[in-house]
Amino acid sequence: MKSLKTLVLGAALLASTAAMAADLRIGLQDDPDVLDPHRARTFVGRIVFTSLCDKLVDINEKLEIIPSIATEWSWNDDGTILTMRLRDGAKFHDGTAIDAAAVKANLDRARTDPESLRKSELKSISDIAVVDPATLAITLSGPDAGLLAQLTDRAGMLMSPASFDKDPGQTPVCSGPYKFVERVQNDRIVLEKFQDYWNADQYHFDTITFVPMPDATVRLANLRAGDVDIIERVAPSDLETVKSDASIKLASVTGLGYQAIEVNIANGARADNPLGKDKRLRQALDLAIDRDVINQVVGAGTYQPAYQPFPPASFAHAPDIGSGGRDVERAKALLKEAGYERVPFELTFGNNTIMQQVFELVQAMAAEAGFDISLRPTEFAALQSVLKSGEFEVGQSGWSGRVDPDGNIHQYVSCEGGLNDTKYCNKEVDALLNEARATSDPSARKALYDKAQAILREDMPVIYLFYLPWPFAHKAGIEGFTAYPDGMIRLAGVDLAG
Amino acid sequence: MLKIVLRRLLVAIPTLILVSLIVFSLQKLLPGDPLLTLAGEERDPQVLAFLREKYHLDDPFHIQYLAWLGNVLSGDFGHSLRTGVPVATLIAQKLPVTLQLALMAIVLALLIGIPAGVLSAVRKGTPTDYAANVVALSGVSIPNFWLGIILIMVVSVQWQLLPASGYVPPTENFLQSIRTMLMPSFVLATALAAYLMRHTRSAMLSVLSSDYIRTAKAKGLLPKAVVLKHALRNALMPIVTLTTLLFGELLAGAVLTEQVFTIPGFGKLIVDAVFTRDYAVVQGVVLCAAVGFIFMNLVADILYIVINPRLRHPQ
Repeated sequence: MKSLKTLVLGAALLASTAAMAADLRIGLQDDPDVLDPHRARTFVGRIVFTSLCDKLVDINEKLEIIPSIATEWSWNDDGTILTMRLRDGAKFHDGTAIDAAAVKANLDRARTDPESLRKSELKSISDIAVVDPATLAITLSGPDAGLLAQLTDRAGMLMSPASFDKDPGQTPVCSGPYKFVERVQNDRIVLEKFQDYWNADQYHFDTITFVPMPDATVRLANLRAGDVDIIERVAPSDLETVKSDASIKLASVTGLGYQAIEVNIANGARADNPLGKDKRLRQALDLAIDRDVINQVVGAGTYQPAYQPFPPASFAHAPDIGSGGRDVERAKALLKEAGYERVPFELTFGNNTIMQQVFELVQAMAAEAGFDISLRPTEFAALQSVLKSGEFEVGQSGWSGRVDPDGNIHQYVSCEGGLNDTKYCNKEVDALLNEARATSDPSARKALYDKAQAILREDMPVIYLFYLPWPFAHKAGIEGFTAYPDGMIRLAGVDLAG
Repeated sequence: MLKIVLRRLLVAIPTLILVSLIVFSLQKLLPGDPLLTLAGEERDPQVLAFLREKYHLDDPFHIQYLAWLGNVLSGDFGHSLRTGVPVATLIAQKLPVTLQLALMAIVLALLIGIPAGVLSAVRKGTPTDYAANVVALSGVSIPNFWLGIILIMVVSVQWQLLPASGYVPPTENFLQSIRTMLMPSFVLATALAAYLMRHTRSAMLSVLSSDYIRTAKAKGLLPKAVVLKHALRNALMPIVTLTTLLFGELLAGAVLTEQVFTIPGFGKLIVDAVFTRDYAVVQGVVLCAAVGFIFMNLVADILYIVINPRLRHPQ
C-alpha cells in the first residue's frame, strides 16, 4: 500500500503540465539591466525593448529604415532639419496618445537626463519643435547622416512622459506591442499583449516571458526539453546538435558587430612596445592570421572573416579588403624589414572558452610568422579597466555593432573617440570620418569610408578577426521567425504553426 | 537556555561586522571599475562622473564602509548598481528560493545518507557496506554541474519528465514547484548525502561497540530496536552538527547548481554581482548568508540540548 502511494505520488510529480498555448518563452544569455531605454546598457535589454518599446523608425533585414511611430520623414536641403510625421492613433501603454509633444519630451529626456547613455547618439540635435500634434521638426547643429539609424534603437524609443518620474527603469510604460507585467531579477521578465497597439494584428502571442539562462548548453537543453520556445546565441559547438534535432530549427545571420584585436599605440607607458611603434609589425600580424581557420575551428562556420569594421550587410562594406588572405612569407619579410627576427608581445583578452580558443589559434598562427605571443586572460570586468587605462600591449576589442557605419568606426579610431583605447590618431582619418558623418548620399559616404579604410589598413591600429553571428534556435512549430543582423527578436508575424 | 541563546546572539554581532569588513575590503581590492563594467559599450564620461558621485565611489575606503554600515543599521541595504533594485528587495526575492532549494536538498540528503550510513555500519564488511561506500565516494567526487547537465539531458530532453530549469514559487503551483526543484536538490543532495552517510557510519560503529549496546542486546531486545532506539539516538549528535553546518553553507547559495538549472537564488545573484562589481548586492547577500550560518549554529546548539538531556543542566 505504502509503495503504491509512493508510486502514485511519483507519477503525479512527473506528469507534465501543459504550457499555456499563447505564451512565448525566450531564453536570453544574460539578465538585462534597467528597463529604461534612455539609461539601459545591455544587449539583452535591447532584445526586451524590441517587444516592449516602440521606436520612431525601425530597420528591415536589409538595414533599410522603415516607418514605425514616424510614418513619413523628410530632410531640408542642407540636411539640418528633419521633419517627422507621426502615426495617427498610436498610444502609450497607459492609454495616452503619442503626439509630437510626447516625442519631444522623450528626445529631450534622452538628451539631458544626467544618467542618460543616449546623449552621444543624439549629440547632433540642437532643437526639437512641435509643429502640430502630429508633426515634429528636429533641427541639427550640422548634418548627421547617422541620426535616423540612431532613432531605430534605444535613442528613438518612446516612454509615456507621465512615467518619467515614476521609476521607469523598474516599471517601464512604453508603447510597444507588449506591455510590462512583472520582473524578477535573474528569473524572468513578463510582458503581455497591448490590445491597443497600432499593429496588434501582427502579434500572435498573449504573453512573452524572457528567461535569463547564461549557459549556452543549458539554454539549448531547455529549448530541446520544450521549456523555452526561442533561444539566442547558440554556441558554435552546439550547432551540430541543433541541426540534427528535427524538433528545433536554426536561424542564424551575420551580425553588425565584430571581434578584433587592438594595438596600444599611444595610451600610456605600455604603448612602448614593438607593435605599437612600428606599423609594419601590425601589418605582419594581420597577414599572419588566417581568419578562415578561426571560422572553421572555433566558429563552426558562423564566424565570417572580417578585415574591416563594416559588416557585409552595410552599404559601407568594401568587399575587396582582405581578399589576399593569409601570407606568412610577406609577414616574415615585413618583420625582417622592421629589423626583427622574433617579436614578443602580450595579448590581453576577456577570459571565456571561445576567446581562449580564438587567441590560442592566433598565437599559433602568428608564431609561424615570428611573433611570440604570451596570452593574458583577464576577467571581463577587469578587461574594461585594463583597456581604458592603457595597461595592455595588444588587447581584445569587440563591438556589438550599429546600423549606421559611423557607429562601427568613429568612436574607435578617431582621435577623441570615446572607445579609442589605442589612442591612435590620424587627422586625415578624422577628417574623412567627419565628412562621411555629414554626407547623406550612401555612395558618396562609401567613397569616403573607402579612403579612410585605405589609411587604416596601412596604419592598422585595429586588426579585425570575424563578424559576430546571431545564431538563434527555435521550436520547429514556430513560424515566421527571422534573424535580423542587429540580433534583435522581432515578433511581428511570428506564430505557432497550424 | 535563554541565556545561551542571548550570549550567542551577542557574540554574533562582532562576527557579522568582521565578515562585512573583510568582504568590503576584498571587493575594493578586485581590479575593475564597477561603472566601466556597467557602462559596457557606452562610456559617456559625463554620465560616469555623475554616477560616481551619486554612489560615492570616489570617497575614501573607510568613509564608504562606514556609510554603508550606517545605512545597514538603519535598515537600508542600498541599491543594485546594475538594475537599481533595492538590495533588500533582491534578498527578499531570492531568500525563499535558496531556502526551498536548501531544505529540499538537506531532506533528500538525510533520507539517503542516514539509512545508508546505518545500514553500512550494521552490515560492516559486507558487500552492502562496500557498495554504500562506493556510492558515497562517487557522490562526493562527481562535479555538480556535470551531474546537473547530464540529468537535464536525460530526464528533461530525452525522457521529457521534469522541467529542465527555472523556478516556480510553491505558493503559485506547489506540485510544479517541487518538480522543478527535484533535480537541482538531488544534485546538491548527492554530495551532502555522502558526507552524512560517512559520518553516520563511523558514529554508529563507535556506538555499536559500546557497553550499553551489549547490555541491550543481552537483555534480549530485538536487533532493530537496539539499532534504531538505542544506538542511532546517541550517534545522532555529530550528524546534527554536520547537518546544520551543511544547511548553513547551502544558505549562501549553490552557485554551480543554480547556474546549470537557472535557479534565481543567492548563488547566481552573488556571482553576477561580483562579476559586475555590484558592491551593495555582494555586501547584502554575504551579510544575509552569514546571519543564516550563525543562526544555524544556534539551532545546532539548541538541538543538542533537545537530543541530549544531560546538556540541559550544565554544571
